[in-house]
Amino acid sequence: MTDLQDLYQELILDHNKRPRNFGTIDHPDCHAQGFNPLCGDRVDIFLMLSGGLIRDVRFEGKGCAISTASASIMTDAVKGKTIEQARALFEKFHDLLTLSSDAPIDADGLGKLAAFSGVRQYPARVKCATLAWHTLNAALNNQAQTISTE
Amino acid sequence: MESPLSGITTPHHSSNAGASNAGASNAGAFDAERVRGDFPILRQKVNGQPLVYLDNAATSQKPQAVMDAMQHYYAADNANIHRGVHTLSIRATDAYEGARGKVQQFLGARRPEEIVFVRSATEAVNLVANTWGRANLKPGDEVLITVMEHHSNIVPWQMICEQTGAVLRVAPINNDGEVLLDEFERLLKPGKTRIVSVAHVSNALGTINPVREMVRLAHQGGAIILLCGAQAAPHMAVDVCSLGCDFYVVSGHKMYGPTGIGALYGRYDILNAMPPYQGGGDMILSVTFEKTTYNCVPYKFEAGTPNIAGTIGLGAAVDYLRSIGMSAIAAWEHELLDYGTRALRDIPGVRLIGTAKDKAAVLSFLVGDIHPHDVGTILDQQGIAIRTGHHCAQPVMDRFGVAATARASFAFYNTKQEIDALAAGIRKAIEVFGT
Repeated sequence: MTDLQDLYQELILDHNKRPRNFGTIDHPDCHAQGFNPLCGDRVDIFLMLSGGLIRDVRFEGKGCAISTASASIMTDAVKGKTIEQARALFEKFHDLLTLSSDAPIDADGLGKLAAFSGVRQYPARVKCATLAWHTLNAALNNQAQTISTE
Repeated sequence: MESPLSGITTPHHSSNAGASNAGASNAGAFDAERVRGDFPILRQKVNGQPLVYLDNAATSQKPQAVMDAMQHYYAADNANIHRGVHTLSIRATDAYEGARGKVQQFLGARRPEEIVFVRSATEAVNLVANTWGRANLKPGDEVLITVMEHHSNIVPWQMICEQTGAVLRVAPINNDGEVLLDEFERLLKPGKTRIVSVAHVSNALGTINPVREMVRLAHQGGAIILLCGAQAAPHMAVDVCSLGCDFYVVSGHKMYGPTGIGALYGRYDILNAMPPYQGGGDMILSVTFEKTTYNCVPYKFEAGTPNIAGTIGLGAAVDYLRSIGMSAIAAWEHELLDYGTRALRDIPGVRLIGTAKDKAAVLSFLVGDIHPHDVGTILDQQGIAIRTGHHCAQPVMDRFGVAATARASFAFYNTKQEIDALAAGIRKAIEVFGT
């Protein structure tokens, strides 16, 4: 039995219970909605940008512990970063979730996002962890339409 | 269809159905442990724990007898059916048509022609909506369903309503998940409501609908009625003549048969008057470029080479179920439902969604504010398979104000020990989340 604590780390449970940057932004520079049709999870990402920087980011939505905590930790992680840094972080985070389970974990520069390293043992839950990031990406690309994990 | 707990006594049942006769072994007591021996898949560990399979409403496991029948067909009898003069084709045709007879008897239909093989219960509903619906629905006509329907009993009707100008009406339910019969009756408008389509048993709530009364009311208002038996036929004796319904649909893989096969029962006179479904081989009597004459029922609805092995597998599943006895199955599953309901109600924070008085062995539930997916993952780590999500029934989720539920659904091979494991697993989820 894989230790459930690997998946549901304290940090994840905490961000699920008390999500940071939760709420909307009036008149955001960018906004996108993400949807996981398999489970009905939904997340809205709102962004304020200036000079290539993510000045503010907030999210709203309904989902499981993994998707809520991922959105919460993501908003903390990308606030104040440049758009390029945010995209690079997503790439690194995505690798963390999808590398084979015996590959060494490279958590360098991931900070709190490393808490999601346990997700790669649970392939059915990877989309829960990436939903907010895909939606952030869509917002940055100024895609107005709802994006889907499918 | 068969007397309770008598599976072993009749010559038909003791033939080669391959079952352990768990229901017949000891009058009054169902031997689930014994019947589990017929299901090889259940003998495994998942995540280091014995598999506890409680996702039977999504799909049931297959007894060895079903796998053997399909293996035998491919190893010994494989050929295309109908019109073949060679021996293998005759054997394959006999096996295919034999399965039709088995399903006919299982559902209590008057004649084998009233059974049409399709690929799923979903396709059966689509067949009726498309052929009967297109021929009979006019602008302003009404189709009546209920709030608790599976998407497969909503969307085909929405589509045909869009095409014909008919209107879809939806009968409401109460907080226990029971149809409000007064409202149902009020929505049945003589001369306007042309067809009623309802689940015999709700997949999301477990509610057993009062289908006998619904059939009576529908007919009284001049409508015909389709019952979706996908969640009923595997769990209780069904007799379409005694129910009086016009259509009844079943899913093979939910009744211990293979995937890719389902059956539509239709009253002969109604099927006969319906236009064909798909065009192709086998559904014709003669073809010229000027005119094609269609085959008789059921063949006019079975265009193309059908799922022969799947049909034979379904026939074997029906034999298997009859050998155990549907009454014995229903009684044991009811015991599991009672036991499971008590076990879940004993856990603080667990809320059951669907508490109808008349229920099949389905427990839809929420655990505090833990998302059902998290519950599902934690249970899976303990070897327990349940389903989480909207169960392809989003309107009924909306009705209860939830996005998703966790659902444990039982089969006759489940045991009370497995329910204890489920309850322990839920307590573990509460512990992990510290709620």
